[in-house]
Amino acid sequence: MRRIGVFVCHCGSNIAATVDVKKVVEMALLEQGVVHAEDYPYMCSEAGQSRIAEAIREKQLEGIVVCSCSPRMHEATFRKCAERNGLNPYLVEIANIREHCSWIHKDMQEATEKAVILMRAAVAKVHLNAPLLAGESAVTKRALVIGGGIAGIQTALDIADAGYHVDIVEKEPSIGGRMSQLDKTFPTLDCSACILTPKMVEAASHENITIHTWSEVEKVSGFVGNFTVDIRKKARYVNMDKCTGCGICQEKCPSKKPLNEFNRGLNNRSAIYTPFAQAIPNVPVIDASACIKLNTGKCGICEKFCQAGAIDYKQQDEIITEQYGAIVVATGFDTIKLDKYGEYAYNESKDVITSLELERIMNAAGPTKGHLERLSDGKAPKEIVFIQCVGSRCSDDRGKPYCSKICCMYTAKHAMLIRDKYPDTNVTVFYIDVRTPGKNFDEFYRRAVEDYGVNYVKGQVGKVAPQPDGSLLVHGVDLLENKQILKKADMVVLATAIEPNPDVRKIATMLTASIDTNNFLTEAHPKLRPVESPTAGVFLSGVCQGPKDIPETVAQAGAAAVKVIGLLAKDKLKTNPCTAKADELRCNGCSQCANVCPYGAISYETKQVNDHGIREERRIAVVNSALCQGCGACTVTCPSGAMDLQGFSNRQIIAEVDAICR
Amino acid sequence: MQELIVRAKELLASGQVARVLGWKKGEHSYDPEVAFFNDAESLQDFVYDGFCGANLSKYMIEASKLEGKTLVFLKPCDSYSFVQLMKEHRVDREKAYIIGVGCWGKLDVRKLGAEGILDVEIAGDVLKVSSLYGDSEVAYKDAMLERCHVCKGKEHKVFDETLLESADTVDLDRFAEVERIEAMSPEEKFAYFQSELSKCIRCNACRNVCPACSCRKCVFDSTAFNSEQKANTTSFEEKMFHIIRAFHVAGRCTDCGECSRVCPQGIPLHLFNRKFIKDINRLYGEYQAGADLEEKAPLTSFQTDDAEPGADRR
Repeated sequence: MRRIGVFVCHCGSNIAATVDVKKVVEMALLEQGVVHAEDYPYMCSEAGQSRIAEAIREKQLEGIVVCSCSPRMHEATFRKCAERNGLNPYLVEIANIREHCSWIHKDMQEATEKAVILMRAAVAKVHLNAPLLAGESAVTKRALVIGGGIAGIQTALDIADAGYHVDIVEKEPSIGGRMSQLDKTFPTLDCSACILTPKMVEAASHENITIHTWSEVEKVSGFVGNFTVDIRKKARYVNMDKCTGCGICQEKCPSKKPLNEFNRGLNNRSAIYTPFAQAIPNVPVIDASACIKLNTGKCGICEKFCQAGAIDYKQQDEIITEQYGAIVVATGFDTIKLDKYGEYAYNESKDVITSLELERIMNAAGPTKGHLERLSDGKAPKEIVFIQCVGSRCSDDRGKPYCSKICCMYTAKHAMLIRDKYPDTNVTVFYIDVRTPGKNFDEFYRRAVEDYGVNYVKGQVGKVAPQPDGSLLVHGVDLLENKQILKKADMVVLATAIEPNPDVRKIATMLTASIDTNNFLTEAHPKLRPVESPTAGVFLSGVCQGPKDIPETVAQAGAAAVKVIGLLAKDKLKTNPCTAKADELRCNGCSQCANVCPYGAISYETKQVNDHGIREERRIAVVNSALCQGCGACTVTCPSGAMDLQGFSNRQIIAEVDAICR
Repeated sequence: MQELIVRAKELLASGQVARVLGWKKGEHSYDPEVAFFNDAESLQDFVYDGFCGANLSKYMIEASKLEGKTLVFLKPCDSYSFVQLMKEHRVDREKAYIIGVGCWGKLDVRKLGAEGILDVEIAGDVLKVSSLYGDSEVAYKDAMLERCHVCKGKEHKVFDETLLESADTVDLDRFAEVERIEAMSPEEKFAYFQSELSKCIRCNACRNVCPACSCRKCVFDSTAFNSEQKANTTSFEEKMFHIIRAFHVAGRCTDCGECSRVCPQGIPLHLFNRKFIKDINRLYGEYQAGADLEEKAPLTSFQTDDAEPGADRR
């Protein structure tokens, strides 16, 4: 029987206001093996830790249970405290009586009862804890950034400037991302391309940055410091070394049918294309689904005209494998689909557009060469209605529950720019709230209202009805005047909610990075570790983590870079000893554990075993403890229970369950 | 049957195989047993008829450890079990010479409708039963095992050669009984399982015959989990054995039906497994364990677009 000490933390009033901590101490003393129990206002404080130290020495403790907050907060603190005082750190168990108990209960009696049960489970477990030793692993001094928008570019630049090599993987033919599609940026109204392209050029010419465009991450294995990543370089059908970027191929290409993604499908492009003039690399790709040559074997015009001989119809996808120490996810966002918002007539009228489409219309390189005109008849609109929060802050399942955060500001920007350039055009904005927290943001919005005469109406639009004369009848409500509004408009712009790029699910799965119900990647801690994923070695940059504007994205990109640099600067990392281990005599060698292992940590060896006198060769699972992340998938898959997770063994878990059910 | 013996003798004589794994005459005509035959002489007791329901695949785990090849006779449905065991690296294909034998449905002694059976004569479509209480006749089809009424097909999934023709026996919907239970209320379901499983005497026959239950050390026999020596708190708790066993073989069970065939208490144990198979088919697309050596099993592979049945409930 181990000598166990139980330490119950008040966490100020966080725990003590709801849990009778004295009662927990009293009950702990009744548990088998518990030779010491006490409570203290802040166990994590110096004073609290010294009480633990003293108890270890005086009572010769062989195991510790700390009833406190989540192990994600202070498990490391208490493990270090144990280690300093001669106790193996893995003989410490945390009973989470804060997040799992005091914070979610109101009734003191019930909460105390639960706290006692959680304490009992931890005591039952710690009796079976094995002293474990952490190993060491080397760090590959190279980082991968997934996504080549402003978030990815900035992260890559900051890491590269610190002297570490970075690869950017971008699925589009060019880096630049959403920011490259924007016309002007708030709150300074400088041209988006003018501030983005220098960064793109800098990334492209940086000696520490390698850019893989038209490429996707195919497979990720390994762990913090030692990731192995397969990158699919999609067939471009254009030799990147030979192409001079002259553009004649795009001019001559007879297939002009595909919708231009960069212009949000508002016009068409050729089958061989670069998405925009400042694309990096300035090497086109052939859209295989639209290319006449690739589909019928006839045509070959681009090849004929290419002076450099760069066209290569036989090119195949190529998979390259690289090693990385850290991975940054910067996969960005897209606007939501508006199929569920029939009332805004987006699918019915060409003159109902999204704000991102308006960006392209306002842009000199866009489908209308920067002229503000209706897409239906090319006429200049005289009445424009903006509708805010389309799909944002939505309480039903048509949209998103969150605020997309950028719409108030870009709508003010659009309204201001239109009023400035076309003073005879009236602009009305329907809003729920105008949210402008940010440096110089509210001033910007007020300028739109006060200096540019933009008509802001607090209220929502119930219906946009296309009229036979081509105009749009907007049925709205003015909540301040408490009246219904019927407004004829020539154009309606929808501030469409943004959502994480749908690809992020696939990537998160590969990285085993967690994702929330809205597909945003989850931070390790929402306040204190906002740029780290809970998966060690995976970092978050930009909108993949949550809605944010450009300055915030750039700031977060820098923060993610700092975390990566901090990791790559280390020569060795301590590995988690809570890894799986196979019991040789129980193992069937059936491969089921290897099939479910997300880390590729399990292989098989033929071993000579002596099973109670039966000597034979058997196929037995072997876990690579450097690759194993201790997820436990193998232990629950193993039919014979041969796989066990150190620190979370089957026996320990059953002991916890038994203690809870006692 | 004679052609099987002739072929077995040839293979033994040529030295291609070291032994034969088949069925041997039992005490009565209706209870042949699984046996290894080491020479031509011993093959005089070899039998292959409607009562040879036993699936020989599992015996190949031990036979794979022996010197030389073993000739094994596999019915079409047994061949699924063999492929599944190959997939799990439990049998060595190189150590097996597989004759895929034809099958025309196997018999369930319990369906003969007689007690104290002395002898059963298989006369084409009719079974002539003589018992302590008199003689009777039963149509072959009416005495077939449930699994044969929902047969997976006449194709052998693995073989070196085939002998004898198979017959079509399917005349029931494989999942009808599962659907009937699914439609019950939770109380009805509990009552149903309570009544069925409380017949269990824990003889372990289902586990011992099951080709998927091939662990070197079964968790129920192990001292590693503090669960083996526990007293039951309710009469139903012991029966959790069957539910746990169903979980352990989920995604690997080929639905060979041996569990139900050997159960001395007549519990329809295969229904648990079939419920899992039905759910797997619904959630991850049609899957038949043991049909394909290379195919990934839905429960031990992960695709990003996999159904997340737990998450659906949010």
